[in-house]
Amino acid sequence: MEFKLIGKDIRKSFGRLLVFDSVNFELGIGSSLAIAGRNGSGKSTLVKIIAGLLSPSSGEVIYQIDGKKIDKLEWFKYVGFVAPYLQLYDEFTGYENIEILAKIRGLRNYKEKINQILELVNLYSRRNDLVRGYSSGMKQRLKYACALLHEPTVLILDEPTSNLDSEGVEMVWALAEKQRKNGILIVATNEPEELQMCDDVINLDELKQKVKNQIVR
Amino acid sequence: MLGSIWAIFLKDLKSELRTRYALNALIMFVVVTISMLLFATAGEVLSAELLSGLLWVVIFFSAMSGLSRTFVSEEDRGTVIFLQLSARPSVVYFGKLLFNLILIFGINFFVVLAYFLTMENFKVRSFDVFLVALILGGMGLASTSTIIAAIIAKANTKGTLYPVLSFPILLPLLITAINMTQLSIEGASLAETIGHLRILFSYFFVVIIASYLLFDYIWKE
Repeated sequence: MEFKLIGKDIRKSFGRLLVFDSVNFELGIGSSLAIAGRNGSGKSTLVKIIAGLLSPSSGEVIYQIDGKKIDKLEWFKYVGFVAPYLQLYDEFTGYENIEILAKIRGLRNYKEKINQILELVNLYSRRNDLVRGYSSGMKQRLKYACALLHEPTVLILDEPTSNLDSEGVEMVWALAEKQRKNGILIVATNEPEELQMCDDVINLDELKQKVKNQIVR
Repeated sequence: MLGSIWAIFLKDLKSELRTRYALNALIMFVVVTISMLLFATAGEVLSAELLSGLLWVVIFFSAMSGLSRTFVSEEDRGTVIFLQLSARPSVVYFGKLLFNLILIFGINFFVVLAYFLTMENFKVRSFDVFLVALILGGMGLASTSTIIAAIIAKANTKGTLYPVLSFPILLPLLITAINMTQLSIEGASLAETIGHLRILFSYFFVVIIASYLLFDYIWKE
């Protein structure tokens, strides 16, 4: 099975405000892409477009298996997503949050898997506590558990280490390394160190400047 | 797909039972509205026809105060992305619809109970017609409210927008349900209300099909 994630001339604007233009990439299994840029450069907007949460103003994102396009409505099966603006259900426990996700996704024999994932993100001992009582770092770990539950082909991380302690940061690096080998990893960050998680980098500021220069010419 | 719809329904039900996000507000709303009606009409003898209209006024505004919360609470708490990344849009829609159906049947039960206890002149002769009007009217209300809730969830002025947008769409349903309730008071048989039944059934299915087709566009972005 050959999986590919392709971005073709992606452009996004909100009204008159152009966020980015001419974003192109082609990723296969075993590749990774970092999206860099200053605050407000459109990193989160771009990862949302890649995950199918937003539509581009022009251009397209293509998920394909063996050359066949995957319907956008099915993208969620292939995507794992971690971001600061992704919220979990406060009134449920950590375990319940993942269990709900497993049931909605229609996963089978998920109980063992949930326990494994909770151990991986070091939340097993606090699995029966309400998320309301979690620290921001614990919530971030739980987001990783939710993102990894279905073993996604494409793992998208927006500000991957925000709110995490040094042990959590190590966990993210290990997860990123594993994903880079077995799937596709996309990281949006403005931390220069985190850019090293990936093989390729798209800098949205540089891209914008390039487009501006072309227009001036 | 059915398993996922059921999972979303159960999540909403469990969440509601824990947070009482809509339930408490709904119960209080019904109690306050019926009390207001009683105070406003103290000493007056209201006809059964007028009471059947007022019954649907109470049901309509109760629904407006509670049914939008399935989507609005997801938007307010920022959990929309959690759902967007876990299932197809249609699965989310039907899960939420199922929850709203249960909620509206609960509201209807509570309103009718309170109504029977407080409104002396409200005497139903054909219970089968009355029950069918309540069930089909409730189904229509839930289906419309669910899709409108999804539309207004992203707006800043959700509270005002919801009843304003819903009212014109719900008008044919409300008129038919009120007529049918009046017929149940007059003692009409189910066969005599066949025209009303057709309208209520058609309304429900048209709204469901339109919502199914539109929801993909509403849900993302």
